[in-house]
Amino acid sequence: MDITFMFETMKTLLAALPMTLALFSLSVFFGGLLALVIVWMRVSGNTIARNFAKGYIFVFRGSPLLIQMFLIFYGLGQFGFIRYSFLWPALREPFVCAVLSLALCTAGYTAEIFRFGLRAIPAKEIEAARSVGMSGFLLTRRILAPIAFRHALPAYSTEVVMMVKSTALASLVTVWEVTGVAQRLISQTYRTMEVFLCAAAIYLILNFLILQAMALLEYKLTPHRRAAPLFPVPQR
Amino acid sequence: MTPTTLNQTGTTMAGTTRLSVRNIRKSFGTHEVLRGISLDARDGDVISLLGASGSGKSTFLRCINLLEIADHGEISVDGELIQMEQRGGKNVPANRRQVDRIRSELGMVFQSFNLWSHMTILENVIEGPVHVLKRPRAECIAEAEVLLEKVGIAEKRNAYPAHLSGGQQQRAAIARSLAMKPKVMLFDEPTSALDPELVGEVLRVMRSLAEEGMTMLVVTHEMSFARNVSNRVIFMKSGEIDSDGAPDQLFGSGGSPSFRQFIGNFGG
Repeated sequence: MDITFMFETMKTLLAALPMTLALFSLSVFFGGLLALVIVWMRVSGNTIARNFAKGYIFVFRGSPLLIQMFLIFYGLGQFGFIRYSFLWPALREPFVCAVLSLALCTAGYTAEIFRFGLRAIPAKEIEAARSVGMSGFLLTRRILAPIAFRHALPAYSTEVVMMVKSTALASLVTVWEVTGVAQRLISQTYRTMEVFLCAAAIYLILNFLILQAMALLEYKLTPHRRAAPLFPVPQR
Repeated sequence: MTPTTLNQTGTTMAGTTRLSVRNIRKSFGTHEVLRGISLDARDGDVISLLGASGSGKSTFLRCINLLEIADHGEISVDGELIQMEQRGGKNVPANRRQVDRIRSELGMVFQSFNLWSHMTILENVIEGPVHVLKRPRAECIAEAEVLLEKVGIAEKRNAYPAHLSGGQQQRAAIARSLAMKPKVMLFDEPTSALDPELVGEVLRVMRSLAEEGMTMLVVTHEMSFARNVSNRVIFMKSGEIDSDGAPDQLFGSGGSPSFRQFIGNFGG
């Protein structure tokens, strides 16, 4: 094992980490927002909205992310109305295409995760909220969303970690994130093992940190699921 | 209705009508649960609703704050009629804002407490006043502490519902309802989910509310509460009011044969 080479490889790969983080954070952010819209449509009383959401989830959850990414990156340019539209300067950028496809895909999964969270809300707690005069947005903001989010958090952490790993696919549409840079290094050095081990280590550490953060968030949000403190809670 | 229906209790002669229900009907599928119930509650009335399970008393209570929507009938709270309309062949509230406001004026206490499990007891109590009534938080906290003191769980203010006994949870739920300063309190079998040794602490709180003049409608199986605390007892049978009168009179000799048989099962 060549320590100097590993060290140099690590340095090169870490230089690409900001790109991986940018893909990850932008797609989780926009995908999360889109998921809120999709889940709202999915549970709404409107048949058209509900069926659109069902179709969306079916398509983006049921087909490979890589194909979705290829369709957006290679496919969209075939349509004249897109190529000549004001969107084209953005849509011909590999980075934009990668974020777009990652966000669209995670929105489908996240919408389902949030929907299961909503279904897990005890009907009695909703009834109590209605009985004090809550409805609509106030009910959602104060009771439904906070309870649903707590239920969804464990499954959502898994989805977030999947997203970190899915950013590797962006290398196939010429985005130079960690995996893409690793492949370039291999094609230059033919030292597959060392380079990919370094890349894997980077993803492992990144996911470890993210999972720790999510676990901490879950811990902070769920004091009510833990045993009562042995000593009285200090008064504020 | 049977001829035993007797309305005047004599104790609240000058009181204003807080709640007026006219001819409520409700069916679930083909099963008619309520067959035309009418009731007036005046200021300070404590009305116990008795009846075997399936007699419709809980459904009746839930129709009053529209957790169930009656198929037919009128409900007024403090003189304000709840607007209903026909939509798709069903009776539905015409104005959601009015329903929200009326609900905020009716305190509901549930059989299984229904506290919000992710909030502390104090947070449960201030939730309605702060977010529904939009009142200043500090003021609501100060009032909530007085209420928690009153129901005897002040030291549990920062605990979560799951960390409390059933009796403590129900007293917290009563404090949560009281924090809305309701015009009428509705109790849906408030002690039925409690261990026998915890029933007393909840009944004591309810009794002190009654003594302070709170208008209360209580669905209950606690005969001693119906007899000693309420000023009026309504006995329901098959979705109708079978007997209605002052407790002394009904428990004395005024009740119908069905009522006599019903309380006979309680050893009364």
